[in-house]
Amino acid sequence: MIKLEPRGERSATMAYLSPVLAALLTMLTGLLLFTLLNVDPVEALITILYVPISDTHGIAELCVKTAPILLCAIGLSVVFKAKIWNIGAEGQLLMGGLFGSYIALQLIEAEGFWVLPIVLIAGILGGMFWSGIAAILKVRFHTNEILTTIMMNYIALNILLWAVHGPLKDPEGFNFPESALFGDSALLPVLIEGTRVHFGMALALFAVVAVWVLMSRSFYGFQIKVMGMDAGAARLSGFKEKRLTYFALLLSGGLAGLAGVGEVTGPIGQLIPQISPGYGYAAIIVAFLGRLHPLGILLASLLMALLYMGGEMAQISLGLPLALTGLFQGMLLFYLLACDVLISFRIRLKPRKVKTSTPLTPLASETRG
Amino acid sequence: MKQHSPPPRLSLRGITKQYPGCLANDDVHLDIAPAEIHALLGENGAGKSTLMKVIYGLVKPDRGEVLWDGLPIEVKDPAQARKMGIGMVFQHFSLFETLTVTENIALALGDDAGALDQLAEKIRTVSEKYGMTINPEREIHTLSVGERQRVEIVRCLVQNIKLLILDEPTSVLTPQEVDSLFITLRQLASEGCSILFISHKLNEVKALCHNATVLRAGRVSGECVPAEEDTTSMAKLMVGDDTPVSTTYPKKLGSTPLLCISDLNLHSDDPFGVHLKHINLTVNAGEIVGIAGVAGNGQEELLASLSGEHLCPDGKTITFAEDAVADLPPDQRRRWGLGFVPEERLGRGAVPEMSLTENALLTGFLSGLLSKGMVAWKKAETFADQIIDQYRVKAAGRHAQADSLSGGNLQKFIIGREIMQNPKILIAAHPTWGVDIGAATAIHKALITLRDQGAAILVVSEDIDELFLISDRIGAICNGALSPVKPTPESSIQELGRMMAGDFSQSAHEGSATL
Repeated sequence: MIKLEPRGERSATMAYLSPVLAALLTMLTGLLLFTLLNVDPVEALITILYVPISDTHGIAELCVKTAPILLCAIGLSVVFKAKIWNIGAEGQLLMGGLFGSYIALQLIEAEGFWVLPIVLIAGILGGMFWSGIAAILKVRFHTNEILTTIMMNYIALNILLWAVHGPLKDPEGFNFPESALFGDSALLPVLIEGTRVHFGMALALFAVVAVWVLMSRSFYGFQIKVMGMDAGAARLSGFKEKRLTYFALLLSGGLAGLAGVGEVTGPIGQLIPQISPGYGYAAIIVAFLGRLHPLGILLASLLMALLYMGGEMAQISLGLPLALTGLFQGMLLFYLLACDVLISFRIRLKPRKVKTSTPLTPLASETRG
Repeated sequence: MKQHSPPPRLSLRGITKQYPGCLANDDVHLDIAPAEIHALLGENGAGKSTLMKVIYGLVKPDRGEVLWDGLPIEVKDPAQARKMGIGMVFQHFSLFETLTVTENIALALGDDAGALDQLAEKIRTVSEKYGMTINPEREIHTLSVGERQRVEIVRCLVQNIKLLILDEPTSVLTPQEVDSLFITLRQLASEGCSILFISHKLNEVKALCHNATVLRAGRVSGECVPAEEDTTSMAKLMVGDDTPVSTTYPKKLGSTPLLCISDLNLHSDDPFGVHLKHINLTVNAGEIVGIAGVAGNGQEELLASLSGEHLCPDGKTITFAEDAVADLPPDQRRRWGLGFVPEERLGRGAVPEMSLTENALLTGFLSGLLSKGMVAWKKAETFADQIIDQYRVKAAGRHAQADSLSGGNLQKFIIGREIMQNPKILIAAHPTWGVDIGAATAIHKALITLRDQGAAILVVSEDIDELFLISDRIGAICNGALSPVKPTPESSIQELGRMMAGDFSQSAHEGSATL
């Protein structure tokens, strides 16, 4: 019988090393995998991890991919600190894209500096609307947010598909499921001439700093952390649990919505059915890989963006399936969780106990909640 | 049958158990003869629990051996221990609330239970024989804590028992219930059963036990015959020489009401909770009022309505110096000047994984540690340092995590944190529960000092000795109702015990509650 035994003391260094260890183990397993697939493992790793960013164009594309992942993940770090498990960043991102697109299409002829902010705010509100539903369900009816947010991801995707096949379809688009191209005023300005790096990356970096300040300096952030670690202590100190729940969920939804509207007004420029290759889900891995810390999340989202690009690159130049991206994401999360468990517990192999009629007893009679 | 002479029934030889970061038992020797009532004395954390888990097969010692009737034996698990005739009554009962007494005992016995009606009959016979009448048909949630303990003891007695281990059995009983428990135990011992009585209450050990083994920091610090010792010498064995063991404090009575509860009724949402019934209480400035009671008689509900975790629709039910507060949330009551020390240190009083600085901020945020919504971390650190310094909290520093502190030190930190915010009213639940004697004395002194500065203090505790020591007025809560509150010198342990059992009848003045 395998038994996990607590190690007694937690090592802070190991807690930070765990994501690094997970990344290394993922790479090692990748090497093994490529060998088994008869692909030169070293070449494959170079293709995935280095080739995509070997020139300035590549680095620029990395930033383009990082922005939405980073925005979603930094928002998730706040809710996750509150131990609210918002799995719905993907749906909130899609709703942000949809709301933003709707406004952008209404203002397609409009010109002026005010158009873009309105479009962006619409996107943020779209994400907040979507996470707000989960928040109301959680606060009012104690619904499990993991279930509601996952289910709402599918609803969001289907609403988006309906919109892009129906009301928002470009009337002059030869019946392709795409909206019209947005007006120039509704597009995010490019930050570096000649690349696709757009203003969304700057917004994402700003969000990182803002969340950093919120969580480490503000009393609101402190209350969110206390609520997540110890709801009883938060209640006794008079922290407003419901208000904090709304705040955290709306914040993460809003940032995911911003990620979505940033995609449609940035690299894409119109509403299409595939505005996200699962950025909202990848952000969950990123948030944990970055230890819910802004700096860690920044690094982890760069790595995740690289994996997206590397997966595509491996498909193009090595003929490997695109599922590789998902596989690497999965391995990363798996190894991270395994490392975390083994950091706090050691494995003991115990001989099976002789069968005894061990009677059934509850842990202790806790008569009161 | 058995020879009642040479080999002890149970003999522990050099038991050593190392936990990560803690040597729980260090070369412990212990002998219990048949028919002997043996006390295992020690403070919380002295290693008593580990030792009894070794005997009961729950913990495997690293070194040392266990002899049973003179023969070396390895107790592999509790099932084997029960087969050998060892019975154990834990401090926290393991009973299913919604099942009957018989069903619970049948579950505990496993395959040996036999037919339920025969078992019920046996339970009835055994419980009557030992003067602990219980009705086998009743469901556990309808029983009082004392009755539940009887179920646990009877569960051991329906088997062929040779050694009964009781872990802090009196902590949940009224003084009268304690007396009747002792009668049962003496009868049991006279029939040849050995009893290991684990306690930190010296008076009870003196009254009941033939021999005592005292543990301190995992080691045997002494053995004695309790009847021949006085409590001070035994206390010294328990805590060491350098700790003061007894003090008394002058009693005071205040006259200006600060905290008033008038006709507080509360319907508990918990199906097994206690409803509060017509609670009236006044705590004056400059006095400590103590509320005794057996756990689970409405203390938690009362404390939750005082802290603000449970709100009452009518604000005037609870007033702080005539300001209606019963409908205000905890932070607004704190803003008024309420300090609150909850029962759970880790979990409500402090966040286990947070540093002491952060835990200082947890309730200290109202005393100038914030500016414009931002935390003034420098001030919070200074505040934490002051608490650590003034209340002699042993910790690695303000960066230490709350759960790295011992219970006593964390409690000193929490009490210090509340007192240093100069509360006008302080409510403390079980302030010295599980705390070593040195820390308990420090906590009592801090409470007395705060009282002398004019604060109104309400202490809810299960420890009667503590309440008599520090309270100026005293009362008891039973089944959600509060007894009349009397000046402590006019009350007695017997009277308080009666009140804890729900008998509020009184010879004299009724008006003492609002003196």
